[in-house]
Amino acid sequence: MTTMNMIEAINLALRESMYADDRVMVLGEDVGQLGGVFRATAGLQAQFGRHRVVDTPLAEGAIIGTAVGLAAGGMIPVPEIQFLGFAHQAFHQIAGQVARFRHRSQGRYPMPMTIRAPFGGGVRTPELHSDALEAQFAHCPGLKVVAPSNPADARSLLIASIIDPDPVLFLEPLKGYRLVKGEVPESAGGDTIGSARTVRAGDDVTIIAWSASVQLAEQAAVRAGEELGVSVEVLDLRSLIPLDVTSIATAAAKTGRVVVVQESPVTGGFASEVMATIVEEAFYDLEAPVQRVGAPDAPYPLPGVEEIYLPSVDAVLAAIREVTSE
Amino acid sequence: MTTEQLVDAYTWMTLSRVVDERAFTLQRQGRLGTFSPTKGQEASVVGSAMALTVGQDWIVPQYRELGACLVHGLPLDLWFMYWMGNMSGGRIPDDVRILPVQISLAAQLPHAVGLAWARRLQNLDDVVIAYFGDGASSEGDFHEALNFAGVLRVPVIFFLQNNGWAISTPRSAQTAATSFACRAQGYGVAGATVDGNDVVAVYEVTKEAVARARADEGSTLIESITYRLGPHNTADDHTRYVAEGEMETMAEFDPIVRLRTHLISQGLWDEHRDTELLAGHARRAQQAAVTAEARRPHYSQVFDHVFARPTPRLARQAAEAERRHGQEPS
Repeated sequence: MTTMNMIEAINLALRESMYADDRVMVLGEDVGQLGGVFRATAGLQAQFGRHRVVDTPLAEGAIIGTAVGLAAGGMIPVPEIQFLGFAHQAFHQIAGQVARFRHRSQGRYPMPMTIRAPFGGGVRTPELHSDALEAQFAHCPGLKVVAPSNPADARSLLIASIIDPDPVLFLEPLKGYRLVKGEVPESAGGDTIGSARTVRAGDDVTIIAWSASVQLAEQAAVRAGEELGVSVEVLDLRSLIPLDVTSIATAAAKTGRVVVVQESPVTGGFASEVMATIVEEAFYDLEAPVQRVGAPDAPYPLPGVEEIYLPSVDAVLAAIREVTSE
Repeated sequence: MTTEQLVDAYTWMTLSRVVDERAFTLQRQGRLGTFSPTKGQEASVVGSAMALTVGQDWIVPQYRELGACLVHGLPLDLWFMYWMGNMSGGRIPDDVRILPVQISLAAQLPHAVGLAWARRLQNLDDVVIAYFGDGASSEGDFHEALNFAGVLRVPVIFFLQNNGWAISTPRSAQTAATSFACRAQGYGVAGATVDGNDVVAVYEVTKEAVARARADEGSTLIESITYRLGPHNTADDHTRYVAEGEMETMAEFDPIVRLRTHLISQGLWDEHRDTELLAGHARRAQQAAVTAEARRPHYSQVFDHVFARPTPRLARQAAEAERRHGQEPS
């Protein structure tokens, strides 16, 4: 076991993946010489050369578009989108091309590709750097969406994503890059995409979250125990597509009182999908209406008011009170 | 082009035309979906594709390049199946180096760049040709792909078919630039303009671009000036926007008529051989259409190949479909 932050774990996973398979290559803006604006790719170009760690021109659409061709031509590209908010400039390639290519070619051209992108707020960025857009990508059939919350998962799930024969959007919590530290085992093991994990056991309320919202849920769980005497379980989805329906149903049924936390605006967010799944799979085990906590249905604001915009521990606590009120 | 190649070109061009006509009829009978004929652009499509090495080089089509796909080995029945709406028609055989038809205009251009890049990274000397039109050149993907190709110095030929129209939008409304090919300079790639209705000229200019690409001397943007002799697709009514008499005037430059006239004048062709060739094409098109129509799409095409292995939820949806549709004859 070694203690690492998220960035170090991601860097390790990239290094291990590139070492294991010569076809794996990294491309994107500033990923080579600089090692990425967050240093996720630091040292990779020195180790693997300029042909496998490539500084591209500044164009998200062509970074993803060329990755389609690279994959069709026998490589395993790992393109980086510097901030997920800029992925809209590649959305036509991700949703219209990457996600559909295997299907429309009926298996001739699979898309083994892992698109890495940091997302999420709370770090006082300029506009369009913080938006949590995961639900938009979860609605692109053919694309997997993975969102780890801690360094051990970031490492093992990134390796699993790169090995996966299908395209994965790998979402990294920007706020947690250096803030979230954790133990990372010596061996990555064979992690699987599509399995949720209980990160905190509890008896009274279940919180379901992913990425940075998992830390928020854990903080709320501690306070709920101290201030309300409520025992809270936290389920970390880890992957949105595929969705671990079984674990969601089990966790919801266990307490019957569920809060789903997301960072994005409430309406049409991925929490809605989780809630619908609970209604389908565990309705008769529910003791109270399922609650969701998210941002208002407003664009991500400037940093001066982002703490008002983002879901807070207090907001999660209020939802816990709500589901335990009767 | 050698004498043999000229006759080959004529054979592919006429096959493309005959298939267009057959498919148009099938569409009108409700047996084939919306599709875009190549009519008028056969010299442009076939001449360029013949300049590449079949089995080694790659075709990245848009959707109006039947002739190029046939030259490079696409089975005709697959083409019919695809446009008849059967997913299996999209399954290009493993030994045929063609990317899927592209519907989202210009999205294929960065794919071509990445494909060429991948082959170079593996020390292979394949060349890639990407087809698109004057309309698609207005898309952002055109700019991004050309820029990447210049920077990466990859072996791609960007083959722009300027056929005068993007559905109803004339070339004059597409750009204020004096030509499309002159844009090459802005990307640090080679540029060329060619008479797209002259199959020999198209072949020669593409051959030069292939040689440059194969020698690692970078990409070329070729503007092939041609003319769409008909509607954009089977759902279009070109009489609403093409000036009266224009199509008839442009038909005088029909590349097939032009090549046939040349072949006959050189003593390489005659009416009898022409009649036999066209009759053979008609039989081949009919046979391919019948074969395609006989292969009914299976319900599982909705679910197959979305992922290497379906997600649990998709597997459940597939099982549900199996209960509903599994007994239907396929």
